[in-house]
Amino acid sequence: MGNERWSRRQFVSRAGKTVGGVVLGLSFADFLAACGASNAPAAGGGKLEIFSWWTAGGEADGLAEMFKIYKKNYAGVEIVNATVAGGAGTNAKAVLKTRMEGGKPPDSFQVHAGQELISTWVKAGKMEPITDVWKSENWDKTIPKDLKDIVSSNGDVWSVPVNVHRGNALWYNKKLLDDNSITPPTTMDEFLSALGKLKSKVPAPLALGSQGNWQVQMLLENNILAAGGPDFYKQVFSGKASFTDANVKQALAWIKSMLSYVNSDHPTLGWDDADKRLINGTSAFNIMGDWAKGYFTAANWVPNKDFGAAPSPGTTGKYVIVCDTFGLPKGAPNRANAINWIKVCGSQEGQAAFNPKKGSIPARTDVPASIFDPIAQQFIAEFKTDALVPSSAHGSATPDAFASGVNDEMGQFVINKDVNKTASNLQKLSDEFLK
Amino acid sequence: MATATAPPVVVERLPGGRSLTPLSWDGVMPILMIAPSVILIAVFVYGFIGRTAFTSLTAWRGVVPDYTFVGLRNYERLFQTEKFQADIVNTIHFTAFFLAGCLILGLGAAVLLDQKLRGSILFQNIFMFPLAISFIVTGTVWRWIFNPNYGLNVLFHNLHLDFLQSGWLTSPNTALNSLTIAAVWQMSGFCMAMFLAGLRGIPEELREAARVDGASEFQAFRYVVFPLLRPITLSAVIILGHISLKIFDLVFVMTFGGPGYSTDMPGLNMFITTFRQDLFARGAAIATVLLLMVALLIVPYLVWTLRGETER
Repeated sequence: MGNERWSRRQFVSRAGKTVGGVVLGLSFADFLAACGASNAPAAGGGKLEIFSWWTAGGEADGLAEMFKIYKKNYAGVEIVNATVAGGAGTNAKAVLKTRMEGGKPPDSFQVHAGQELISTWVKAGKMEPITDVWKSENWDKTIPKDLKDIVSSNGDVWSVPVNVHRGNALWYNKKLLDDNSITPPTTMDEFLSALGKLKSKVPAPLALGSQGNWQVQMLLENNILAAGGPDFYKQVFSGKASFTDANVKQALAWIKSMLSYVNSDHPTLGWDDADKRLINGTSAFNIMGDWAKGYFTAANWVPNKDFGAAPSPGTTGKYVIVCDTFGLPKGAPNRANAINWIKVCGSQEGQAAFNPKKGSIPARTDVPASIFDPIAQQFIAEFKTDALVPSSAHGSATPDAFASGVNDEMGQFVINKDVNKTASNLQKLSDEFLK
Repeated sequence: MATATAPPVVVERLPGGRSLTPLSWDGVMPILMIAPSVILIAVFVYGFIGRTAFTSLTAWRGVVPDYTFVGLRNYERLFQTEKFQADIVNTIHFTAFFLAGCLILGLGAAVLLDQKLRGSILFQNIFMFPLAISFIVTGTVWRWIFNPNYGLNVLFHNLHLDFLQSGWLTSPNTALNSLTIAAVWQMSGFCMAMFLAGLRGIPEELREAARVDGASEFQAFRYVVFPLLRPITLSAVIILGHISLKIFDLVFVMTFGGPGYSTDMPGLNMFITTFRQDLFARGAAIATVLLLMVALLIVPYLVWTLRGETER
């Protein structure tokens, strides 16, 4: 095969397949697949196609850093950076699905650890295990077991974690807290009393941007972790414990209490609009993943001077992880290059180059913390000792069908605030999608 | 080459020895000319409709197709979901108010413009412009207008009309109506254009005659002009009706179906169910229900026009 030009016959056969794909296609998705296929680079030799949704800002910079390392170590390989823009990868995932179904996988692609990897791709038989690479690179020594478990199934490892974001973080405006002599709360009771104290001082003590509802879903999972602990959390999100349990109802009741302190325009605000309220001083707290830090620093806010971070109320010693990984699809056109890429992703050098730019912390525990900002250093230290649980809102703990259903349900809860009804509806989703 | 050879002549013999008239080139040519579009439409429109309907009867969930036949189970589950029940109610509510708004404003504007006052051409164009904008742009602009912090509410406050302030898109009670306002803003110009064409097509003599018979201006409009606008009104209802049943982009941009399910529509639900939840069979079921709803609107119209043509 290699780089030789297509013969006429090959061309006709490929074109035929593409057209056939369209004609036999099932939906618009297949049409996209066919388009994707025709854009895919020819198989062979010195290429490596990496598929991700890191198109802008620190994410794109971090990816470029990893590409630099790859080029240094494996000179002569041409890297094709196949990115698809769009919020949280929803567009990219649709394109990826069509490419995979069309039999034109990239060499390696970005995928969230957990169910997004296992139930979508591994169960469908579209991935190749990387257990051997994991062993030869000795990652058992440097990547925590909790994290390895999330990217494993049936005794095999399926992808390598590059970074870790934290889902359960509480952000606060330091000046507002100091002025009202409030110490950063650690328990839910402290948090709610702090909100009560601030109610008369700031327009809305707790900032919320609930456009799309996933932010409320994060409140749910953080609160379930706070109420039931890591073991209950894992059980309830794998369908082994019921959502009608007292712990879940407690979590919902806490959200209900929080909602009496939030800004009323939250349904039309995104998470970044909510963080803007902290900068403006119209809110004191926000509960959001650690990507919020990037928003604050971009507004020239200094960590631990203008703003601070703590685990979300009641989750001290627990870490909700949102983790990007890279895996090896079956039939990757440049398999050897892809395996080298996976090695770079899991290397100390690669993770040290990527994570400071991305704003996440490394999945490896041996990357020097000194190259990170103070809040990341705090999180790195906690990551080493905390109990790690995968995020459901971001597709790690549960399949997309469930997460999306919960998303809708939380949208309803914000309106009707009915704890019992929501708990039983969540259980219905669990019965349908987690069994 | 083609000119040198004789036109192909097809002679078919039926059992019984009776021969058909040989098909002439003139007879074959039209068939050849329309064949490509017939084939394309057959495959890409009707073929895919069939495929979607078939998919809706299977157990396909996840990225790997699963064609296990499950009958109407997907429909049963679909109609049990609170979200889809809300979709149906929202669609009917939205369609009713959207149609009423467009027709009333469109007719009103058309009647005013038909007075042939100076500058009416200018207004005609101004009313038509929103039509040239995509729903995505309209949605974005109206989302800003409805933003409680710097939109209409601030305007009303500055005008000391605070009682007009509202939650707009942030409250489940007002969100759907706010959405309707944006949609009406966009499409009433189209209605105006149609009514204006209709009004201009009515001969002045008819109104003259009514006036001669002693009808007031209002009566002439009510009993002469209005009935003659019926076909135009029907066309407008059909065109706007199917736009509103299939609405997707405006909702996607303005509210994404929220707060809660208050502005969710079947089109948006179909997209999310299929491409986010990977429930391909259920998504296909929504698509099929949507098609039936539009058919409910369009088929009687087609029958009506077809009958009209054959009677002529």
